[in-house]
Amino acid sequence: MPPAKAAFYDVDGTLVKTNVVHVYAYYAMNRGSLLGMAGRTLGTAASLPLFGALDVVNRKVFNEFFYRYYAGLSEDRLITVAEDMFEDVLKPGLYEQSKDLIAEARRAGCRIVLVTGALDFTMRPLARYLGADELIANKMQFVGGKATGKVIPPIIEGANKANAIRDYCVKEGLSLAHCHGYSDSASDYAMLAIVGRPTAVNPDMRLRQLARAYNWPILDLK
Amino acid sequence: MRPIKTLQKLYDEESQVVITEKGSPPRALFFGENFLLEDLPVGTRVIFPRPPMAGVPNTKAAIRWAINHPEGMDPLHALLRPGMKLTCVIDDISVPLPPMVTPDVRQTILEVVLDLAADSGVDDIHLVIANALHRRMTEAEMKRMVGQKIYDAYYPDRYYNHDAEDPDGIVELERTSHQEVVAINRRVAESDLIVYVNVNFVPMNGGHKSMGTGVANYASLRSHHNPKTIRESDSYMEPKASALYKSNTRIGSVIDKHLKVFHIETTLNNRMFGAPLEFLAKKEEDYTEADRLKLQAALFALKHTPRAAARKIFNSVPAPYDVTGVFAGATEPTHAKTLEMSWKQYSVPVEGQSDIVIFPIPFISPYSVNSVLNPLLLQVMGLGYFFNLNRGVPLVKKGGVLILLHPAFDEFDPVQHPSYIEFFNRLLPETRDSMKLEHKYEREFAENPSYVHLYRKGNAYHGVHPFYMWYWGENGRQHVGKVIVAGAENNHVPALLGWDRTDTLTEAIEEARGFMGRSATISLLRIAPTLLADVKL
Repeated sequence: MPPAKAAFYDVDGTLVKTNVVHVYAYYAMNRGSLLGMAGRTLGTAASLPLFGALDVVNRKVFNEFFYRYYAGLSEDRLITVAEDMFEDVLKPGLYEQSKDLIAEARRAGCRIVLVTGALDFTMRPLARYLGADELIANKMQFVGGKATGKVIPPIIEGANKANAIRDYCVKEGLSLAHCHGYSDSASDYAMLAIVGRPTAVNPDMRLRQLARAYNWPILDLK
Repeated sequence: MRPIKTLQKLYDEESQVVITEKGSPPRALFFGENFLLEDLPVGTRVIFPRPPMAGVPNTKAAIRWAINHPEGMDPLHALLRPGMKLTCVIDDISVPLPPMVTPDVRQTILEVVLDLAADSGVDDIHLVIANALHRRMTEAEMKRMVGQKIYDAYYPDRYYNHDAEDPDGIVELERTSHQEVVAINRRVAESDLIVYVNVNFVPMNGGHKSMGTGVANYASLRSHHNPKTIRESDSYMEPKASALYKSNTRIGSVIDKHLKVFHIETTLNNRMFGAPLEFLAKKEEDYTEADRLKLQAALFALKHTPRAAARKIFNSVPAPYDVTGVFAGATEPTHAKTLEMSWKQYSVPVEGQSDIVIFPIPFISPYSVNSVLNPLLLQVMGLGYFFNLNRGVPLVKKGGVLILLHPAFDEFDPVQHPSYIEFFNRLLPETRDSMKLEHKYEREFAENPSYVHLYRKGNAYHGVHPFYMWYWGENGRQHVGKVIVAGAENNHVPALLGWDRTDTLTEAIEEARGFMGRSATISLLRIAPTLLADVKL
């Protein structure tokens, strides 16, 4: 009997042509009041260079900084908007071949797990749509039904993605060496390095170099 | 005194074999994307290909004659009915090598067949490339193969590559008497008539292998693409000595039982080089002054050309083959005619085996068209194909030495051969045992979703393909005592493949003589063009 295994997918840039900034921009646009919408949209636009710079320097700092923008939004509202956001942003942004890639992994007997630095409620509709068995994502802290802007640690990124994958494999009795990992970014190096079958998907320049050095397959999804 | 007739026969049989003497000219030998000019020891037997046979004067007429006078079947026009489902299955780009000057013979066949189908009111026609687990052909390659007109009319909806991993695209027929899975392309299986468009390059191709392998899937292929079957095949080129051929025959017979397949097979001569390089097909003894100058110019130019550029140039020079025969009809009688013609062109009678055999390896293989001859493909060229270019008996004695001339560079193409890279770097350091590789790793590679994706959506060979390449060298590996790669530019590639290396051919011959004894006999297969040594013991 072959060992139980899973395929772990990063989402932003790997399965979907978006990133967390797009997602937040959508929330900003749907703030409710005209003034709030304008304020947040402009604020987001003004902060883009900063986000970009922070992302390059440190994904963890970037995430912590970024999620502060959610402070004050109500949980119900966030979940409702997440459904719309999936239809308007994520679904059209899915690479055409993402579903095939997942179907191929399922045929090979893999469980499908999304591992993402995005917030869980924003990713749930996507996970449902792709038929994922599990979603490992960041969880927003809510107090009295309102988002605090803080993420419950550990923040899922970098080495923590790898830890979360390892914990999941231990919990579910999966063989890490037989698991597959997919990501587009060198910031997910740890996640790719921990699984036995890593693959770079539409990789950035650093990951492309790493993939070549380690002989990992490189996929270009369209 | 011998009668003239016997002398003539002797001349015909022996004229392709030259024994090197003192004062014999140096030989121009393929060395990857380069040539070496080498003096061989006195007494070395150099085996040359036959000169190209004359082609048929009018290919289209030959095709029309063949489909009107088929073997064991009604003429093609009698099989066509208005409203029927017709599928033309076409050999992929892995043959011939190098690709032929346009129009490719497949285009010519399709032009005749498609016109006939149109005249008969058949318009549900698909063209499927029988690429099996080979890479998908690119749009440009597909266009070149069938010509602009057919391409424009059929691509992409009705002219496409077979997809062995399409979950809805495969149909399983009944199993063979040996429980071999017979699973083929759904469109093909659901057609009223299949016309198989073949271009035959060596006797291993064509016949039942066309359908049994070309449009099958992994489950079907693994019943004969495995180390056990390869070990039981004494010769790939001779059907009766090949377990591989027998398995394909069992599978093909099941296909023939369920489907109506009309084969059109063609044979080519071995005119592999156009005017500028034509001298390469000659014996060096027959070189003119102009040939010698051309060779020197080629050597000078290649010395100053980066390897990648030389590769690009070589890949862009097509071969002016002529069609020597067209045969059509039922699988077995058609293929028997093809084999006969194929042997006529390629077979060179040779007396006895040799202790040491030298294979100069060129830049191209069936699996590296428009790509790189990576170390695993070098292995399959030496121990798989060249070793098997014979009838029944290998040219090299059991336990003898093979010398391959090639730089053995550590270069892989991540687009076409992604799973080869992992196979070479991860599996070979652990084991070179085919049985162990098959048992422990084959399925993992075959089912790896990344490799499946690259096969289906990119232009990559299937994840399992490097295993097949390794198995393909199996009976060569079991037979020879030692392999030396002369001119290898690094140590680790020969070491991983289990071979010795030397800097030069002279050193390799010295080492081989040290292994086999000072009186060891030496043969060199002066290839390309293709030849098959018909070894008589």
